[in-house]
Amino acid sequence: MAARGGLLVLVLLLLVSAVSRSFGLYFHLGETERRCFIEEIPDETMVIGNYRTQLYDKQREDYMPATPGLGMFVEVKDPDDKLILSRQYGSEGRFTFTSHAPGEHQICLHSNSTKFSLFAGGMLRVHLDIQVGEHANDYAEIAAKDKLSELQLRVRQLIEQVEQIQKEQNYQRWREERFRQTSESTNQRVLWWSIVQTLILVSIGLWQMRHLKSFFEAKKLV
Amino acid sequence: ALPGRRRATCLATSGFPVRSLLSPRRTDTGCRRLLHPGLSHCCCRRRRVLRPPPRPTGEMLLRGLLGPGAAAWSAISGLRGLVLLLLCLGGAVRASEITFELPDNAKQCFYEEIAQGTKCTLEFQVITGGHYDVDCRLEDPDGLVLYKEMKKQYDSFTFTASRNGTYKFCFSNEFSTFTHKTVYFDFQVGEDPPLFPSENRVTALTQMESACVSIHEALKSVIDYQTHFRLREAQGRSRAEDLNTRVAYWSIGEAIILLVVSIGQVFLLKSFFSDKRTTTTRVGS
Repeated sequence: MAARGGLLVLVLLLLVSAVSRSFGLYFHLGETERRCFIEEIPDETMVIGNYRTQLYDKQREDYMPATPGLGMFVEVKDPDDKLILSRQYGSEGRFTFTSHAPGEHQICLHSNSTKFSLFAGGMLRVHLDIQVGEHANDYAEIAAKDKLSELQLRVRQLIEQVEQIQKEQNYQRWREERFRQTSESTNQRVLWWSIVQTLILVSIGLWQMRHLKSFFEAKKLV
Repeated sequence: ALPGRRRATCLATSGFPVRSLLSPRRTDTGCRRLLHPGLSHCCCRRRRVLRPPPRPTGEMLLRGLLGPGAAAWSAISGLRGLVLLLLCLGGAVRASEITFELPDNAKQCFYEEIAQGTKCTLEFQVITGGHYDVDCRLEDPDGLVLYKEMKKQYDSFTFTASRNGTYKFCFSNEFSTFTHKTVYFDFQVGEDPPLFPSENRVTALTQMESACVSIHEALKSVIDYQTHFRLREAQGRSRAEDLNTRVAYWSIGEAIILLVVSIGQVFLLKSFFSDKRTTTTRVGS
């Protein structure tokens, strides 16, 4: 019974370790390829990104963890196209940034490989995980740091969620204002254009008639 | 018919992905309360609860995570507490929400390793670009196509992984020649992990704690609504800005064309009368 229990624990541990090492979603990246992701977030929101790379090994015909020399460039641009993070990380990395302006932030990844033969015709497999706002919090760490009981931790999580909702709603108000400005600008433009077009038509018509009349008079046709 | 089919037709009339409308704990009446009058009743009548309702006790939480088979196994093994701990720590549960740009004539694929029996949901929406549509295709490890739709604006598809392996889903913009699209997708694998691994979770949650859990679920659905609203608004704003620039270019272009054509007409007409001298004298006399 104890042996069975011990075996079960071992199997479960192996299962857990196998599962917890993988981040989940992955995609393939070419050597010179640059992949960008967009995060539309309100201001003062923390974003944590984790990535892990694997390189195709021809001998073993499988994806193995990439060589230590292979790194990834991570660039983050804010909505005004200003670079707020531009760093090179190793084959496995974690990047964090906090937005100071609401809007679309762009996270771009590309590998730093200069030797074109490094990929050997294969692709780089990149596991990526991006957590935004409340999801980025590590509650186990918060509980340990502030010594919170279970109920307090749950309430803390609820507070964080509500704060995120509030921020998103503020952002929503800002966005709606922009939308309204765009619509009003379109409205104005259509209005002005129709007035201007009518004026152009009428004045061109008058000019045409006057010009042709004087032309025909000169030609003694009228 | 694919399991996602009914949901797809529901989307066409409501214009809002079903997953965000149906929160896990809502019953039929609750759904109707939540719905905006403008949105269709279709989604309520064809009620499909996409996630099993959250169970208040810790043990039942675990059962929800693992599924019936593993729960039975844990009962048999008699090491319930340890199993709880380990699997709460391990758990292949995650949600990936990513917005990316899909260039024209391009196809981008994402892969995920899923364990058998895990309930997964793929949801996507096109935010900017052209006619706001994209092709989507989801394949299981054997290459069997689980979901395939061409030129869809938004959709949500739930499936249960029938076997272990790498599932692949691709978005294709190959039908478009010059518009690149921004696509948002949300791939949820399994249930959300519990807040923290509870070693002593053999007792039920207290009333306060279960209240916290239900508030948490409700807030999660609020955040889900907000995300969908944000995407819809981004789409609307993108269309409005497109319209604005189009109106600007068109009005300038048409004004120029008007001027050019009318002045050209006059000079052309003048040239008819200037060239032929015989015509002029014949008309003149």
